[in-house]
Amino acid sequence: MTMNPNIDSIDHPVLAIENLSIAYGKGETKAVKDVSAGIKKEAITAIMGPSGCGKSTLLRAINRMHELYADIVTEGQIFLNDINIMEMSTIQLRRKIGMVFQRPNPFPTMSIYDNVIAGYKLNGIGLKKNERDQIVEQSLRNVSLWDEVKDALYKKGTFLSGGQQQRLCIARSLAFQPEVILLDEPTSALDPIATSRVEDLLVELKEKYTIVLVTHNMTQAARISDYSMFMYLGDLVEYGSTKMMFTNPRDTKTEEYLTGKFG
Amino acid sequence: MTEATAGRKIGKERISYRMLKNRLFKWGIIVVSGITILPIVLIFGELLLKGYRQINLNFFTEVTPNTLEAMTAMANNEVIPGGIVNGITGTLLIVGMASVIAIPFGILVGLFLFENQGKRYAAGFIRNLSDILQGVPSIVLGLIAYLWVVKNVTSGYSALAGSVALAIMMLPLIVRSTEETMKMIPETLKEAGLALGAPYYKVILRVMIPTGFSGLLTGILLGISRILGETAPLMLTTLGNPMINWDPSGPTSAVPLLVWDFYNDPNMVDLVWSSSLFLMGFVLTLNLISRRIAAKQNNN
Repeated sequence: MTMNPNIDSIDHPVLAIENLSIAYGKGETKAVKDVSAGIKKEAITAIMGPSGCGKSTLLRAINRMHELYADIVTEGQIFLNDINIMEMSTIQLRRKIGMVFQRPNPFPTMSIYDNVIAGYKLNGIGLKKNERDQIVEQSLRNVSLWDEVKDALYKKGTFLSGGQQQRLCIARSLAFQPEVILLDEPTSALDPIATSRVEDLLVELKEKYTIVLVTHNMTQAARISDYSMFMYLGDLVEYGSTKMMFTNPRDTKTEEYLTGKFG
Repeated sequence: MTEATAGRKIGKERISYRMLKNRLFKWGIIVVSGITILPIVLIFGELLLKGYRQINLNFFTEVTPNTLEAMTAMANNEVIPGGIVNGITGTLLIVGMASVIAIPFGILVGLFLFENQGKRYAAGFIRNLSDILQGVPSIVLGLIAYLWVVKNVTSGYSALAGSVALAIMMLPLIVRSTEETMKMIPETLKEAGLALGAPYYKVILRVMIPTGFSGLLTGILLGISRILGETAPLMLTTLGNPMINWDPSGPTSAVPLLVWDFYNDPNMVDLVWSSSLFLMGFVLTLNLISRRIAAKQNNN
């Protein structure tokens, strides 16, 4: 039986996922099975689980990136501040919910400056030069990259180191002042030093943003997340405060995973 | 003789035999490679030797001479007066219009194929058709353009008709190179654009096409160099013209057509070599540029 980590346990969730099921094609096995969960505002929620457990699919459903796959079948609802995201346009939704990917992917033809402002450019939003400058500086300061790149703003973003590139990508997603930032294993392609810088950054960012982080690195979840979900074969097995889950898991599957018996 | 020394002796013989084989192999490769590049060297040498005399300023600024002028010049052992500017401008016009038709079409079809990798039946069908199109003999395309454009659109031989035939030849190359270029761009780049809320067409125009620009350009240049030397379809469509013509609906000359004309006129035979040299130099330059761009792209 799937334990239902009830939504009520999180007061006023920013995101409410209700009975969400996702299958890649009609009649295929569901990648996400009847998941319900509330995501707390201005906190880090980690989604853990072994490969193929549906954690990335769940994350991508939150900004409807999963719809890029043909024949996807989605049941259930997700609410962002009580508004059903299926009824929003993906353009509006994705401005409110930013996303950072596994590998740093700054746009290779754009300068650092243009990468940060890319969201505005790609959406055809005209800004005055000083407004743009302000957004770029603020976003880069938010990811503590400003001091490192302020003299090289017009160089290509691809010249930066991997860790800097990833922080640039976070800055790019922050430029729109989203409410939620989704991160899909953001440090799996980074070295330990760059990883710890990104982790520190996420802890700083949660003061203003709601962060949902997919990771298969349990210690990362333990280090920086406030709440954790454990998923297995599409089920949300356990969901609660990270402290509780790591010290006193309710489900034996969670315990086995956390103690390294599988995964 | 102890076993050990016997072993050493056999070893020595073996090694010298092996080294001989190695050397033979190495020289074999060098000789065969030399033979392979021989034709291109000989062709270029021949064209240079026979054509250089005619290459002067007039060659690029004047129209083709008439056969009488050429005959007089030949009789006096002078350089044939006139040039091939009517052919050069015609080639620019015809190839330019063919590119204007084929490039946007080809890129859009290539994008469609890229977006539907192994998904839709239609995409596979179009991919196969485009491959087949590549194999259609150019004279057949000339005939088709004659029927469609010369007969029904421009009511007479025209640059446009030639452009249509050449555009059809160019199309499959651009379709394929667009699809292959797009496949090389990491999927997450497109996702990053979409995740910023950007509409799909903006992601294609502002992220994907700029990122794959050098790949697309390589495909386009190869496509152009492929059609530059085409003669057969132009014979049926643009006919030729002794004067400069910029009117798409009028008969127009082209460099390969001039080569054919010169070949058929014993008085102008000297011009065959210089115009061939020009054509080959042009194609070769485009090829080298596209190679440069491709190499640069691979380094990034």
